[in-house]
Amino acid sequence: MAEAQGMVQKTGAHLWITHVLMITGVLVIFFPIWLAFVASTVTQPEIVSPPMPILPGDHFWENYKAALFSGVNVPVATMLINSLLMAIGIAIGKIIISLLSAFAIVYFRFPGRTFFFWLIFITLMLPVEVRIVPTYEVVASFGLLNSYSGLILPLIASATATFLFRQFFMTIPDELAEAARVDGAKPMRFFVDIVLPMSRTNIAALFVILFIYGWNQYLWPLLITTDPEMNTIVMGIKQMFPSGDDVAEWPVIMATSILAMIPPVIVVISMQKLFVRGLMDSEK
Amino acid sequence: MEKRVIFRGWLLPICLVAPQLIISVVFFFYPAAQAVWQSLFIPDPFGLSAQYVGLGNFEYLLSDKYYRASFVTTAVFSILVTLCSMVPALFLAVCADRLIKSSGIYRTLLIWPYAVAPAVAGVLWMFMFNTRVGIISWYLGQLGYDWNHVLNDGEAMGLVVVASAWGRISYNFLFFFAALQSVPKSVIEAGAIDGARFWRRFFDIVLPLITPTAFFLMVVNVVYSFFETFGVIHTITSGGPQQATTILVYKVFSDGFVGQDLGSSSAQSVILLVLVGALTIIQFKYVEKRVHY
Repeated sequence: MAEAQGMVQKTGAHLWITHVLMITGVLVIFFPIWLAFVASTVTQPEIVSPPMPILPGDHFWENYKAALFSGVNVPVATMLINSLLMAIGIAIGKIIISLLSAFAIVYFRFPGRTFFFWLIFITLMLPVEVRIVPTYEVVASFGLLNSYSGLILPLIASATATFLFRQFFMTIPDELAEAARVDGAKPMRFFVDIVLPMSRTNIAALFVILFIYGWNQYLWPLLITTDPEMNTIVMGIKQMFPSGDDVAEWPVIMATSILAMIPPVIVVISMQKLFVRGLMDSEK
Repeated sequence: MEKRVIFRGWLLPICLVAPQLIISVVFFFYPAAQAVWQSLFIPDPFGLSAQYVGLGNFEYLLSDKYYRASFVTTAVFSILVTLCSMVPALFLAVCADRLIKSSGIYRTLLIWPYAVAPAVAGVLWMFMFNTRVGIISWYLGQLGYDWNHVLNDGEAMGLVVVASAWGRISYNFLFFFAALQSVPKSVIEAGAIDGARFWRRFFDIVLPLITPTAFFLMVVNVVYSFFETFGVIHTITSGGPQQATTILVYKVFSDGFVGQDLGSSSAQSVILLVLVGALTIIQFKYVEKRVHY
């Protein structure tokens, strides 16, 4: 019995081995990020004569200043602002249109409701990558190339969030809507006073997921932002590599890579509980 | 499932769904229909007119050896990415599950790569294996192995697979960890009392209980490797050497935007559309099952 308990409760040597395995795993997984950080703090000559150092140097400010304020094609600060606007635009835009349409689907019976429901169901199936050429043509014909609307709108045309909110609204007790109706409250009053406050956590969790989704977009901004001033940081990094035989400016590029991952990492780590919840919810 | 209590009126709900409806039609249904329509034509080189060819584009594609090669590449790629992201994730989740008290710290650390965009992950891995300055390729050189993913097909594939799987480990870890935590401790204790050792308990008791999660992750990871890895491939290999890492999505892009072959690119979009549709149906069927458990 004592031995069995030892195995289940995981004590002694087993525990240490597990810790060692875990730490090794974390180190291996972290290594690429660490190395990028190191590269962003040393000079170009230190990198181009391999092996590069594996401990940070003292050119941190220099490299980051060069990246942020001059960059290669465009200052990285500009790309950061573009990414921020795009990510926030996608997250907020998608949340708003999804909240409204989920509310309509759950709390009303209107002509075409089932049809509409199927329409959004189909949008679940088609990522933007599948329809890039025609979507590009539509956006171009509206004159939305190199614009924030062009970056944002096509990426909020999907129904994941609508489904999530529909699922959640279904769990709101009927008594609340009944009481609101008896009190003579208008539907939108009920929406603002009851439904929205109750959805707070879901909205926040979804915001985290959508922010990262928007921030990490690559193909779409690559296609529609031909003007460097409109580049987002994630797609802009690749543009910093010279096309010919020139040597890439590694410290600046790696500083940009670190800058590109800081906002989503901060969001994920600081809102870890919401993030994990959003992740589990949105895959249900 | 339907609500019993509803509000009256139809104008308001239609206004409420209008924004999503308009955006979906303009940026989703219309382009998707365009893709299907364009796949039936071959535009002339100047884009002035198009000739109707019926299923000609599809016939051509299916007999095109590059397109067929791209299918095989995609299959190999997605199987490898799924394996390379799920196996380490499960291993780490089993470890973390044993360390109940400190698992929070490890979890926080392991979430990081999820937040790193695939394209950025591509740059990080490309930097480590860069033929001129990469630290790993340099050490491999010291060991007598000449790493060159720019020229070697297998090495290029290996690199895009690892770079794509890397960020996914975080994702899979979170789901496996949650699944492991929900395995009833009494079941494991019963196994222990019966004298089953750790690995025996793992394979006989725990693994069957987390199979639904594993299956779900498998589908999700395949979908991921189909579509969201574009950034990795574009930053590391641009589909090369030759076409060794040109997966289907990459080919839609390179034929449509680089090669300007709109008919073929649209036909490829349609084929992908059917593939995703099938995958989504599998996913939903499974989700349905999971709900009934």
